[in-house]
Amino acid sequence: MTMPATPPPAQAPQPPQAPQPSYQQPQQGWGAPAGSYASPIPVRTPGLGDAIASEWTKIRSVRSTMWTLGVMIVLLVGIGLLVALVVSMSDAPMGDAPVLTLGFFGVLLGSICVITLGVLTIASEYTTGMIRTTLTACPSRARILIAKSVVFFLLSFTITTVTTGVVGVLQTAMLDGATPDTGFWLRSTVGIGLYVATLGLLSLAVGAIVRHSAGAITIMIAVVLLPLVLAMFMFSASLASVQKALFEYSIPNQIGAMYDATVTSSGPTGWEPLWVILGVTAVAMAGAFFALERRDV
Amino acid sequence: MIEAVGLTKRYGAKTAVHNLSFQVRPGAVTGFLGPNGSGKSTTMRMMLGLDRPTSGHVTIGGHAFRSLPNAPRQVGALLDAKAVHGGRSARNHLLSLAQLAGIPAARVDEVLGVVGLQDVAKRRSKGFSLGMGQRLGIAAALLGDPHVLLFDEPVNGLDPEGILWVRNLMKQLASEGRTVFVSSHLMSEMALTADHLIVIGRGRLLSDMSVTDFISANSADFARVRLPADRPEFREKLTASLTEAGGQVMPELDGALRVTGLALPRISDLAHESDVRLWELSPHQASLEEAYMRMTQGAVDYRSTADAKAGLQAPPPGYGQPGYGQPGFEGHAQPGYAPPPEVPQQGWYAPPPPGQNPYAAPAPEPAERKTSEDSR
Repeated sequence: MTMPATPPPAQAPQPPQAPQPSYQQPQQGWGAPAGSYASPIPVRTPGLGDAIASEWTKIRSVRSTMWTLGVMIVLLVGIGLLVALVVSMSDAPMGDAPVLTLGFFGVLLGSICVITLGVLTIASEYTTGMIRTTLTACPSRARILIAKSVVFFLLSFTITTVTTGVVGVLQTAMLDGATPDTGFWLRSTVGIGLYVATLGLLSLAVGAIVRHSAGAITIMIAVVLLPLVLAMFMFSASLASVQKALFEYSIPNQIGAMYDATVTSSGPTGWEPLWVILGVTAVAMAGAFFALERRDV
Repeated sequence: MIEAVGLTKRYGAKTAVHNLSFQVRPGAVTGFLGPNGSGKSTTMRMMLGLDRPTSGHVTIGGHAFRSLPNAPRQVGALLDAKAVHGGRSARNHLLSLAQLAGIPAARVDEVLGVVGLQDVAKRRSKGFSLGMGQRLGIAAALLGDPHVLLFDEPVNGLDPEGILWVRNLMKQLASEGRTVFVSSHLMSEMALTADHLIVIGRGRLLSDMSVTDFISANSADFARVRLPADRPEFREKLTASLTEAGGQVMPELDGALRVTGLALPRISDLAHESDVRLWELSPHQASLEEAYMRMTQGAVDYRSTADAKAGLQAPPPGYGQPGYGQPGFEGHAQPGYAPPPEVPQQGWYAPPPPGQNPYAAPAPEPAERKTSEDSR
């Protein structure tokens, strides 16, 4: 059962159907010892880089990627410009508030697109059965999960950061508000890009655990929106502390915190929401890894 | 070389595969046969490390699949032709698999040519027919040019040209020294393709032998004797003398006799001695299909029954009349003759083989009777 480290010389890869002299070596044929067939195609042990290339091919060759990311860009740019337009035409312009805060609305809606893409990246493999083909071509399940995460994270981070950057530049050009410092610029572009991409990564982990596209997307949208909605209806005084925690740590509020615009006066501020979501995602990813490793597919 | 040792898989209370041990050797096409739900696909999934066996293990070339060095270059598999993302084009699907396995992209166009999908390579596989999907699955299996190939029902949905192509492909792959393991429920297809057969039923091993051994062990020869229709007394006379000489005689549906245990010349001599004229004396061999059907009869989980449409339809006039709807009865001498219950009425019936097979059960007669009467 040994594979030669180097290919046999002077043999271009050919379809196995074509008659090939190298296949008719005397030591081969009927009753040959185990594993006597040797492929003329160069043998190379694949690694994580190959898996990442493969996942890049997969993610760019389905329409759902184009649709979700396309819709996200339209939402970010469209809502960002619309809000800026409305504010510029109103009687009470920004005043001292930083203009970049207006990007929040588009990002909140756009994050739902990233959640959808994150779930679909892995759950579509289960709904179509593709996962069995994938895991036959690469028995290392951890490698698949890492490759998917890397490709998805880099793609959604790049798109979100670039789009929020463009929207921020357009908004500051349209409105006169407080001049944002570099730290705020960084947080509202790179920071938001990292936050949204991590949220997508959390969705990917949930997709790997749930293995069902619609179910995982529903769970993630509930995770994003429900805490805030629930907290709004907690009028009882005994629930006040729960209400406060739900407000502070709800995902819309945390995105707001990165823009310095929160509904609460306490809770995470600045870059802190990013560390919170990174921790949650790390736990979910560990769960996804163990689920993938242990379960039958 | 694939080796399964005591392979068992349970899903809750249901045992899908029970204590299965066998070897699949290189250089031959090994057929893997069994009725629907007998555990074929589960076994193949365990071979590929997709399902974890409850107990036992299966190795490919001495390694469990998941610990194989460079698995995609050693093992290629077609499990389910529908196991592709329908929104991806055939070429991109294969390209992603090739990249994952570190195979040059040129190989993708090569296998697309091999399976004949080069013209639809850019089309999304959602629109593919069952046969095209099957070809795409075979292309994925061939991608790594592996020396172990597993195919689960490869001819499903293929056209006659495709079936012939797959048959020749399997044989050619095996002749190059590769291990080829093909599952099917079509015995007739396996009889033409396979060199070795592994038959399972209800997750248990029923048979593990070469095709030629399988035929000689499971199919029995018999002679068909047809007597003049105008002389019913010949029948009893010949039956008595054949039985006396050590043969077994069974009447057939159309009035002929099925004789086992006696050579043709001997039957002729006996007929001559008892002054019986013969209209037919012909040798027959039960087909592999019959042998397989008999072997797996006791292990079939999902058995179809006649669609009686009872209660929906008044019985047609003449329903239940002797010989109704049975062509081939016209030559029979006795009007009102009802077939005796021991008459073999289905094509797959064959006399018991020399080595008694524990799974052979007597044909379920009442159900069969209904079937043949209903088929008009």
